[in-house]
Amino acid sequence: MLKRLSATAAALAFLGLPFAVHAQVKVGVTLSSTGPAASLGIPERNAALLLPKEADGQKIEWIVLDDATDPTAAVRNARKLATDDNVDVLIGTSAVPGSLAMLDVASEFKVPMISVAASAQIVSPMDDKRRWAFKTPQNDALMAGALADAMAKAKVKTLGFIGFSDAYGDSWLNAMQQAGAAKGIKVVATEKYGRTDTSVTGQALKLVSARPDAILIAGAGTPAALPQKELKSRGYAGLIYQTHGAANNDVLRVCGKDCEGMLLPAGPLLVAAQLPDSNPVKKSAMAFVQAYEKANGAGSTNTFGGHVWDAGQLVLAALPTALKTGAKPGTPEFRAAMRDAIENVKNLSASQGMFNMSPTDHSGFDERSRVMVKVEGGKWVYQPDL
Amino acid sequence: MDVSIALILLQDGIVNGAIYALLGMALVLVFAVTRVIFIPQGEFVTFGALTLAMLVDGRVPGTVYLLPLLGLLVLLLELIKALRSGVWSSLPKVLASCVALPLLLLWATRAYAGPDTSLWVDMLLTLLLVAPMGPMVYRIVYTPLAEASVLVLLIVSVAVHFTLTGLGLIFFGAEGWRTPAFVSGQLELGFMSWSGQSLFVVGTCLVLIVALWLFFGKTLYGRALRATAVNRRGARLVGISTGMSGGLTFTLAAAIGAVSGMLIAPITTVYYDTGFLIGLKGFVGAIIGGLASYPVAAAGSLLVGVLESFSSFWASAYKEVIVFTLIIPVLVWRSFHHRHTDDEE
Amino acid sequence: MIAAKNRIALWVFVAVLAVLPLAGATPEFWITQLNYIGLAALAAMGLMLLTGVAGLTSFGQAAFVGLGAYTTAYLTTKYGASPWLALLVGLLLTGGVAWLVGLITLRLSGHYLPLGTIAWGLSLYYLFGNIEALGEHNGIAGIEPISFFGASLLEGRHIYFLIWVCVLLAAWASSNLLDSRPGRAIRALKSGANMAESMGVDTGKYKIVVFVWAALLASLSGWLYAHMQRTVSPSPFGLHYGIEYLFMVVVGGSGSVWGALLGAALILVIKDQLQNLLPALLHTDANFELIVFGVLMILMLQYASNGLWPLLAGWWSRIIGTAGSRRGLAAPAQAATLAQRARPQAGVPVLEVKDLRKQFGGLVAVNDISFSVRAGEIMGLIGPNGAGKSTTFNLVSGVTPATRGEVRFMGESISGLSARSIATRGVGRTFQHVQLLPTMTVLENVALGAHLRSQVGVFAGALHSDRAREAQLLHEAARQLRRVGLGDYLYEQAGNLALGQQRILEIARALACDPVLLLLDEPAAGLRYKEKQELAQVLEQLRDEGLSILLVEHDMDFVMRLTNHLVVMDFGTKLAEGLPAEIRENPVVLEAYLGGIDDDLPDDIRGAAAAGEGA
Repeated sequence: MLKRLSATAAALAFLGLPFAVHAQVKVGVTLSSTGPAASLGIPERNAALLLPKEADGQKIEWIVLDDATDPTAAVRNARKLATDDNVDVLIGTSAVPGSLAMLDVASEFKVPMISVAASAQIVSPMDDKRRWAFKTPQNDALMAGALADAMAKAKVKTLGFIGFSDAYGDSWLNAMQQAGAAKGIKVVATEKYGRTDTSVTGQALKLVSARPDAILIAGAGTPAALPQKELKSRGYAGLIYQTHGAANNDVLRVCGKDCEGMLLPAGPLLVAAQLPDSNPVKKSAMAFVQAYEKANGAGSTNTFGGHVWDAGQLVLAALPTALKTGAKPGTPEFRAAMRDAIENVKNLSASQGMFNMSPTDHSGFDERSRVMVKVEGGKWVYQPDL
Repeated sequence: MDVSIALILLQDGIVNGAIYALLGMALVLVFAVTRVIFIPQGEFVTFGALTLAMLVDGRVPGTVYLLPLLGLLVLLLELIKALRSGVWSSLPKVLASCVALPLLLLWATRAYAGPDTSLWVDMLLTLLLVAPMGPMVYRIVYTPLAEASVLVLLIVSVAVHFTLTGLGLIFFGAEGWRTPAFVSGQLELGFMSWSGQSLFVVGTCLVLIVALWLFFGKTLYGRALRATAVNRRGARLVGISTGMSGGLTFTLAAAIGAVSGMLIAPITTVYYDTGFLIGLKGFVGAIIGGLASYPVAAAGSLLVGVLESFSSFWASAYKEVIVFTLIIPVLVWRSFHHRHTDDEE
Repeated sequence: MIAAKNRIALWVFVAVLAVLPLAGATPEFWITQLNYIGLAALAAMGLMLLTGVAGLTSFGQAAFVGLGAYTTAYLTTKYGASPWLALLVGLLLTGGVAWLVGLITLRLSGHYLPLGTIAWGLSLYYLFGNIEALGEHNGIAGIEPISFFGASLLEGRHIYFLIWVCVLLAAWASSNLLDSRPGRAIRALKSGANMAESMGVDTGKYKIVVFVWAALLASLSGWLYAHMQRTVSPSPFGLHYGIEYLFMVVVGGSGSVWGALLGAALILVIKDQLQNLLPALLHTDANFELIVFGVLMILMLQYASNGLWPLLAGWWSRIIGTAGSRRGLAAPAQAATLAQRARPQAGVPVLEVKDLRKQFGGLVAVNDISFSVRAGEIMGLIGPNGAGKSTTFNLVSGVTPATRGEVRFMGESISGLSARSIATRGVGRTFQHVQLLPTMTVLENVALGAHLRSQVGVFAGALHSDRAREAQLLHEAARQLRRVGLGDYLYEQAGNLALGQQRILEIARALACDPVLLLLDEPAAGLRYKEKQELAQVLEQLRDEGLSILLVEHDMDFVMRLTNHLVVMDFGTKLAEGLPAEIRENPVVLEAYLGGIDDDLPDDIRGAAAAGEGA
């Protein structure tokens, strides 16, 4: 009799458990840690695992799922996190198509979502759906603007372009064309290549024969090195620019000497140690670099990881404000409170820049979120004058 | 486009085509004996390339842990088989090849891997690490399915591909690797300048065509392997062990894969998932060869490489569309020349 | 024919499906999963028919899903069209593209076909990603949800009904299709295409039919996907999804519509559960999901290489008691008999073969042979093994093209005509190596022979509006089976029959063609003495009804008793022709069969030896 009673009590306790535990805040993260965008997703996942499990006495659970760079899976994960796991905030996903697809889930279930994908399309133009969406990576337009400035300073008039034949390459082409037009730079040749292509000889030849003053390579991760090596071996003598997708040490490893002199815009965390102390982002960027390298090894800093770290910082910054409204985690009121709180974040220093969110600007970055970097001696060197 | 550009594109196409041909011929080899369309061949290439890259970098590649694991699985399966049949005579051989050898390699790699080891030692080690995986995979995955239809074998191959790709991601990470060339220098051949390494790739491809053609046409073992493909039961009745055939074929395939990987690692960046796409293009070549002829498979792969090279010049955004659409007329043409028998299953 | 208990199980399943979204307690994610399973099941069902039943391996199913999805995405966002209109346009477009692509690639034989499907699947995928109007790689976003008589199907629980109604309708239509006349033709495509052509089935046409059917189901799935997810981008329509649909087909169970549903559910649920379980089990940051998925698939296929549905169905039928022998079940209902061909008058030459020659390279298999068969007679073609008898058969029935010579049937030249055209003119045949469809019932196999005698099309088959005509066909098949003595085995699986019975089944199937001339290739092989007697009686009766029969046999007793006329062949050449009694004494024939008779032997022994040798 006693045994049966205690068994029943245990069962009841288990049933009651979800309700008790639900006082903790849950954040659902979906990233592409396998598939074509794995070189973005893996460092992002590493960063997610570094985020604190507790803040101000409030427990936080970060649930990390993989969507294999498939928008359908990203949506499925988002739905699962929003319904099954009843998360308060969504973070994800690494690539643009998946993030765009997640917009509908965020607005349907009224969960704030912080994307870690690059395109400005995710948060603008602002409408009912995008009310719920934020993003942490710098807009392509911002980075392209930095590049256009640097190119104008180097008196570049014609630009060749070779980029990934996927969403990353597409949106960079658009951004560069617009930013270049503002500075009188014309894109005279456009080529595309696949991430796993074994050679880009044809594309390189076509670009070289168009004789542009400079060439921009829009790739992410080590595949960005392939066109660089090919152009150098074809004897291209002009300037070669890369995008912030190439800002990791593996690219330098694969590229070797051919990447000497490569120029690219990047988030400040890439050269955090070289920033002047007066730079408002230096301290928070160094905090990320130290935490990441402690867990993943020296020299492993990856700017993609910074995006997820920053998303985490946004959540942590918004949390006290949302809790103060009295709403309990796991309720629709709390989700709305988090959304409002994130939207009102001001002057938050993170690893990639300073966030200033507003109802019309859910990206929140300005020029302080990018720096120009040059590769010298196999190292990233901060270029303050570009 | 002028002649010099066309020649450069042609050269690039030939080198890429030779890479695809190495894969295509291995696919024909495996299909000809076991009726398995071996999609994971690309993974053997990747494993070979990336194992070498990590060894050259002075690290211990994850492959050294995979080999003993596979060996253990084979040992378990062989033990169960011996228990059921009462035949224990094959166990010593299994112990030697599946337990002793992998453990020896594990110890040797951990002891000697370092940035100073000679490139040739690294290459030998890579070959020894990757080639035994072939027969182990055959024993674990395909032996129970020996009588299944070609479609089921194909689907199982895809499952193996998933497994190996996943393992590759864990062992080697998502970023790519390159190795230093082991044949350096340039050579003026014809109107173009070829790098020593790419000549080596093309040369190996030619040697392989001849070797495979000789092996299957002229040697007893080769003919025994072909017999297994034509009629399994008949081959067993005359004393050809299907287990031996399968094991030998997969060893050859894995060895060819490892060598191909080591050859291409210096000339292009290899990623954990490079294997699939180059395997697919090799597959195109193999199909053009009717999954039966080595020279035609190599020619087909070369065609794919050259097509790819030229279309990446003409319209790089549509490169894949052009290559794969142009393959269709070739297939239609080949299909008319090839009599298909209903009883191929 | 579904047993009553199966029907109950089906209705219970449908009821559970219907109730789930209405119950508030059902977790939202279950509904989401079921929606995704439904979408995948639609595409997998189409692929099941194409690959599982017809044996045409296609990796391109995902590309057709993409066509449907992009059509509706484009039309509804750019032009504000109604989703229902977009569905129609999508179906037409996909059907049209599939028809064109099918015309080209379905001609590819054997292994060329899967590669052809990979080729155009990849082409379509890269096209989607590069066309600016389709949003390139970002795709199209902001698609409106479907509205059904004013109710918006935005929520998962609402579009659930539309999805599952479509799935169930598709399953119903596909099952009907497989059970009808065109379905039998499709089922013959995988292992019996040559045989089917000899029964008059236009295999080329049916290949395209099943291909377009699969594409239409995929297009429907794409339409639903676009309006459920409300964004489309190229990646769900690439090769990886094409492979995943194939996985579902093979794991579920090749050949069954419900197997496709099972496969879809299994694969999606496993993938989801791996996401839940693995991080808890393995405590590692590395991603093991793909590896474990691959290993699970390998284990599943090693355990059940025919898929899991056959296992499940077998277990279920053992529980409800429909397993076991199917002998003695009631025959199909009476129905009006089919129209019959007019038989020619006795004595009229039905088949005339003149100087027929077949060379395989340097080997002459049939050497300028000539003979003729008259109406109402049984003619035997005999000779030692390798004489060229079956080759001659194949030449006459159009399976093999002749090198030279002429064949006339009913006065009309049929040289060079396809096996199908010859079958249409009234020639039925059996094969030396039995060519049946072992997984179909005996009745269905014979009904395949009656393919030309009815006109039931694909739509009639799918919508089950062909009941009367189908009854006629089945009744005819039953009649022929009773005639040859297999009336007890109507619902037995053809593969379960003994070899001798299978040969008789082939005769029944040939009879179902309503032939004027029957070509029988070793019909008595594998039969016992009594069975041979019965077969001889059947053949004699057929002859009396005006049928002409040309048969190849080795059993001399059988041949001598049955035939009116004999032709003896050896090494491809005609040795002798004439009445059985004449042939028995013919020295040239004896030489060929026996290697000559000693002249010293007394006459009576020589005659006895000759007669004895022939038995």
